Amino acid sequence: MFDFSIVSQWIHGLLTSVMPEWAAVLIECVLVALVIITLYAVFAIALIYFERKVCAFFQCRIGPNRVGKWGLLQVFADVFKMLTKEIINMRNSDRFLHNLAPFLVIVASMLTFSCLPWNKGAHILDFNVGVFFLLAASSIGVVGILLAGWSSNNKYSLIGAMRSGAQIISYELSIGMTMLTMIALTGTMQLSEIVQQQADYGWNICRGHIPAIIAFLVYLIAGNAECNRGPFDLPESESELTAGYHTEYSGMHFGFYYLAEYLNLFITAGIATAIFLGGWAPIYFPGLDGFNDVMAYIPGIVWFVGKTVVVVFLLMWMRWTFPRLRIDQILSLEWKYLVPISMLNLVLMALVVAFGVHF
Amino acid sequence: MMKRPKIKSIPYDDFKDNETFEKLVEELNAGGANVIVRKLDDLIDWGRSNSLWPLTFATSCCGIEFMAVCAARYDIARFGFEVTRNSPRQADVILVSGTITTKMAPVLKRLYDQMADPKYVVAIGGCSISGGPFTKSYHVVKGVDQVIPVDVYVPGCPPRPESFLYGMMQLQRKVKVENFFGTTNRKEKDPISRAEQREKDEIILSEEEKA
Amino acid sequence: METPENNKVNAPAGAAPAAGARPAAVRPAAPAAPAQPAKNLCEPKTVEPAALRKEMERLRRDEQMDFLECLTGMDWGEEGGLGVIYHLESTATGKRVALKTATTDREHPYLPTVSDLWDIANIYEREVYDFYGIIFTGHPDMRRIFMREDWVGFPFRKDSNPEKDNPLRMTNEPLTDLAPCYTLEADGTVRRSETPIFGEDDYVVNLGPQHPSTHGVLHFRIKLEGETIKKVDPILGYIHRGVEKLNESLTYPQTLALTDRLDYLGAMQNRHALCMCIEQAMGVEVSERVQYIRTIMDELQRIDSHILFFSCLCQDLGATTAFLYGFRDREKILDIFEETCGGRLILNYNTIGGVMADIHPNFVKRVKEFIPYMRHNIQEYFDVFINNVIFRNRAEGVGVLSKEQVISFGCTGGTGRASGWHNDVRKRMPYAMYGKVDFKEITRTEGDSFARCMIRMDEILESLNIIEQLIDNIPEGPFQEKMKPIIKVPEGTYYSAVEGSRGEFGVLLESRGDKFPYRLHYRSTGLPLVAVMDTACSGNMIADLITIGGTVDYVVPDIDR
Repeated sequence: MFDFSIVSQWIHGLLTSVMPEWAAVLIECVLVALVIITLYAVFAIALIYFERKVCAFFQCRIGPNRVGKWGLLQVFADVFKMLTKEIINMRNSDRFLHNLAPFLVIVASMLTFSCLPWNKGAHILDFNVGVFFLLAASSIGVVGILLAGWSSNNKYSLIGAMRSGAQIISYELSIGMTMLTMIALTGTMQLSEIVQQQADYGWNICRGHIPAIIAFLVYLIAGNAECNRGPFDLPESESELTAGYHTEYSGMHFGFYYLAEYLNLFITAGIATAIFLGGWAPIYFPGLDGFNDVMAYIPGIVWFVGKTVVVVFLLMWMRWTFPRLRIDQILSLEWKYLVPISMLNLVLMALVVAFGVHF
Repeated sequence: MMKRPKIKSIPYDDFKDNETFEKLVEELNAGGANVIVRKLDDLIDWGRSNSLWPLTFATSCCGIEFMAVCAARYDIARFGFEVTRNSPRQADVILVSGTITTKMAPVLKRLYDQMADPKYVVAIGGCSISGGPFTKSYHVVKGVDQVIPVDVYVPGCPPRPESFLYGMMQLQRKVKVENFFGTTNRKEKDPISRAEQREKDEIILSEEEKA
Repeated sequence: METPENNKVNAPAGAAPAAGARPAAVRPAAPAAPAQPAKNLCEPKTVEPAALRKEMERLRRDEQMDFLECLTGMDWGEEGGLGVIYHLESTATGKRVALKTATTDREHPYLPTVSDLWDIANIYEREVYDFYGIIFTGHPDMRRIFMREDWVGFPFRKDSNPEKDNPLRMTNEPLTDLAPCYTLEADGTVRRSETPIFGEDDYVVNLGPQHPSTHGVLHFRIKLEGETIKKVDPILGYIHRGVEKLNESLTYPQTLALTDRLDYLGAMQNRHALCMCIEQAMGVEVSERVQYIRTIMDELQRIDSHILFFSCLCQDLGATTAFLYGFRDREKILDIFEETCGGRLILNYNTIGGVMADIHPNFVKRVKEFIPYMRHNIQEYFDVFINNVIFRNRAEGVGVLSKEQVISFGCTGGTGRASGWHNDVRKRMPYAMYGKVDFKEITRTEGDSFARCMIRMDEILESLNIIEQLIDNIPEGPFQEKMKPIIKVPEGTYYSAVEGSRGEFGVLLESRGDKFPYRLHYRSTGLPLVAVMDTACSGNMIADLITIGGTVDYVVPDIDR
């Protein structure tokens, strides 16, 4: 497996040979930031296109096909439009908070985005408490949503924000619990380490067998709810609250919410990949050496993105199939079912690890 | 030079009303523009014309046809218009589908005002063009252009989905010749002076306070 | 079986006197068929305003007239005065009664209210007040309902000129929070009092007039406590087009055009009702072929409407994919319509004395292809949406309406039948071919949103059954009777009803023998459904309002007319 850290070390070496250490680090930081932002935009646009096509095919339609070949440029057109669209400032709204809210959302999702392990040696933020940091960073987003609802001076926005607050904070519990389950299995919170283990010993979902599969399912449900996507799209439920918390946002401010929604979807799927599905580790079947060698030639980043897209597709499938839940049903699903299940699951996993009955 | 924005798969001659359109292009291009500015404009116009998100606004029959246009057989998503927004702030075009009554007129005006620029209006169906079969009624606005400026009229009662699409394409062509940089943007200069506008605002404010 | 003229010819057009010669056109007597006067002439019994309360109470209590079918405001000019026609029906015995009352005081017309006897009278009387300015003493909420509150005058009065007094106002609409109530004191004076609709501290949310789930431009003011709805105050009139007033200046064939645009998902049935009313009033009998065609078209329209109901419900509940599936099947029906009628939504097919054009040669084939197609595809609806656990949880037990409530609110159609009220006009007063075909009246007893949804699904299948029975047997005959160039209806008051897509669609026609109707009133199928929203929604959550609104299935232009 190709180790990306060779590249980064080479760049570092190159830079330090011509300038002092601090300047090299500064330039590297800027480079990395540029890379993140570009990747962020590219992935968001790709996902939006993907979703529009997927949903069209679910619905016996064609989907965008007139802007560029197969409608490939459709989302670029949307972005150009949104960039030049007016941003409305309203009277009687808290202007500062109103303008701040979308940035909070996008910053939160970018921070989480930087935690993803793309390849061996290619991760931007990689602490020894990586999972913990990831959970913390993703929680900032809800502040943005609450602020948006509060500052808009709109009743729909406020209801949407309150729903969102209740929903996201509740489901974070399940997510935390499933993460804990997997940490119990891997014994580390560092994402790169978690993936490396899986490359060495097999994917976590196989290693941890029953409790890991339960945790994966709970994570998928809770993760979907975290992203505010159907069937958990209550905060912006179109038929009830027109557009929920972002009712009053126009132009690129709305665009931020729009992009963040899709990126959060990618992040949710990416973390699922990293923690359960082996991250950048290729498929490995013991015994089939020829097959394994071929698989190992495919670069890790392709594996990571490929697996993530599969999970994203699963989540889209869910979204375009199910009707929306009601707020009380969402909360009872979480508190009455998911939380107890994931608690029991944690105990189960602890037993599995303690008796060493995992692979 | 006449600018002829292309619509994929419909030749220029197949559009019915090209005279008005050509006049519009001439007017817009009268001053001429810098090459770079023009290119940038083209890019933005391309974006705007291919991303006209409609507001879900339907008052009567034509709304059902609009749903049919969004559905599988006619699939407005091919043009990228399927992202119907329920919040006027995020919509680009308001398809006035259905009769506008005098009670609805101020609401429609407000909806239009709530939309962010650039915004377009398509009057769909006889009712919104002229009052249609209800033109003699005491409670119907005789044409939505009395209330808000209309870009494209789509006749019919209700228009067939094909006419919907045709109307939207006409709007696309219209958007494609807009100037964004330098010149004024599509609409004539606001006839109301700033002072008047301020006065108006104050009246609205005082009314709101009273309420 | 053979009915002498003035007896039980409850079926409309086909069963006019000459029907005796043609066995096929004879209806078997419907079980417990109400004694409707010959043809559709109704001779309302005149009651003085002073005696009205007493008579109404007697009818309600002693004769169990629990269904206020129709309440029509009238302006009979200077001598006749301003008045109201009431149509009552007893759901137990099927007996029907029409009453009328009038006051000649045009400055201060007062009539006693009946809104405490029938819940639906509340909204009907507000409508009459709005149109004619008749004040109902004792009515708890005498606000305008369709017009803006600053509207000058009363548009339906014969001497009014609404357009002169009311230029287009672009100011924001004033909305009062006080409900005026006029009470008749013992000394004959009328006292005005006001009660607040919402309190000072109530969290009131406006749903509409522009909102994705109100199915048009409807405005609900909702009092919320958290997410729980405490009160719903519907404000109507955003698509009030004054169709009834417009009709008074149109000739009969011209009036037909507007019916399609009322409830555009019941275009066939609405127009059928009006044609039938005029034909019966004139004593015209349409050929059997026309009866067959009309019946088939009505049922196709019903399927169309129910599919749209399903689609919109899915859309409202967030299942966008199911919405598209419904539309996919709906297009097939529209194809059938388009071949024969030329239109997709507004069909303009029925005419006085027949239909506009004969059926297309492909019609029978297409319909026969459609029947198995639809039977197969409806299973998909169940798979993808109705049997989904999320939908079940959201619909079962939500917005329960009891049988008493739906009768009192006059909620006919699927909404009423979901609560166990047998109100199908096709069974109560069979018309066209409905007396001859074999079909079930679908009813359920739960009265919740799920039952309302299931009723529509079962009705699609039942409509397919009806079509299947008729489609092979369309007899030969003219598709249009020869009519005089100028159609005049003999003097009198006539009432005909059909089972529209969402309930009883009635036409009340008062003629003075001219070529214009003196008054043409439509019993809206949707108005009772909106009136019942407050009862159905209170105590539920905002999300439930969407479910309930979706399942009671109203079409706004039909409410506002």
